[in-house]
Amino acid sequence: MTAQPHEHNIISFRKLAAVWATLLVLTAATIAVTRFDLGGLKVIGALTIACTKAGLVIAFFMHMKYENRLLQILLFVAVVTLAIFIGLTFFDVLYR
Amino acid sequence: MSHAVHKDYAGAKLGMWLFLFTEILLFGGLFILYAVYLARYPQDFSSGGHQLNVVLGGTNTFLLVTSSLFAAMALTAIQQDKRLLTLRLIGGTILCAAGFMVIKYIEWSSKIHHGIYPGSASIVKGPPGESVFFSLYYLSTGIHGLHVLIGATLLGVVALRVKNGTINSTDYVILENGVLYWHLVDLVWIFIFPLYYLML
Repeated sequence: MTAQPHEHNIISFRKLAAVWATLLVLTAATIAVTRFDLGGLKVIGALTIACTKAGLVIAFFMHMKYENRLLQILLFVAVVTLAIFIGLTFFDVLYR
Repeated sequence: MSHAVHKDYAGAKLGMWLFLFTEILLFGGLFILYAVYLARYPQDFSSGGHQLNVVLGGTNTFLLVTSSLFAAMALTAIQQDKRLLTLRLIGGTILCAAGFMVIKYIEWSSKIHHGIYPGSASIVKGPPGESVFFSLYYLSTGIHGLHVLIGATLLGVVALRVKNGTINSTDYVILENGVLYWHLVDLVWIFIFPLYYLML
């Protein structure tokens, strides 16, 4: 790694509070959406919102938006590994 | 050679993230189990899920999201050299964690009181899918609860080190990594809550 001084990104309280408020709104949205009998759509809706919330937490609370490329690529690899893991499991389970 | 203690900020954080990836795969494995058994026993999972309390689960979601906010703010505060504020924010995080565990205790003890726990008479007699559902519920929320306890303890140690000055505005990677661990705890709950309490 190069010997450049690392830049530490300081995220303001305002921005963090905005992320927090968004997370609460999204939580309220999942609760609202899943109160209706939507069948499969309910699962898709709940998981889409959960993934959005996870993205916000990782990007801002965990500073991933401001991290160097190496960490971002590693996160991508980990998520893709999990996705392949889930995908192949279902390929087996659903078409057995 | 300098006599200063060697600090590798980037390496310390990279190591923490690599550890977090293994945690993601651990909980990911539990979610896969959940998904496979949901596909096999949709009715039993639905009746199991409806026995969980959305209000208690929702309150715990609120507590964890708020604790995550305090943890993220603590990092900002230490970067700006505001020690007292950092300590208060970590205190807020730990307080939310304690609230979460109290509610978890209420939830678990009421379930156990009603005879719903792995191997109980009513679960053994009941449909197999419901037994699987509650086994996975106890396993997932149990391992998650263990992470809450570990995370809160870790943040307590961090607070002590902020207090004695070992963690300060120029050297705070331990706080940063502790906070990262705490966010992971929040991250896992973001999936547990809809999977078990909401979408069934």
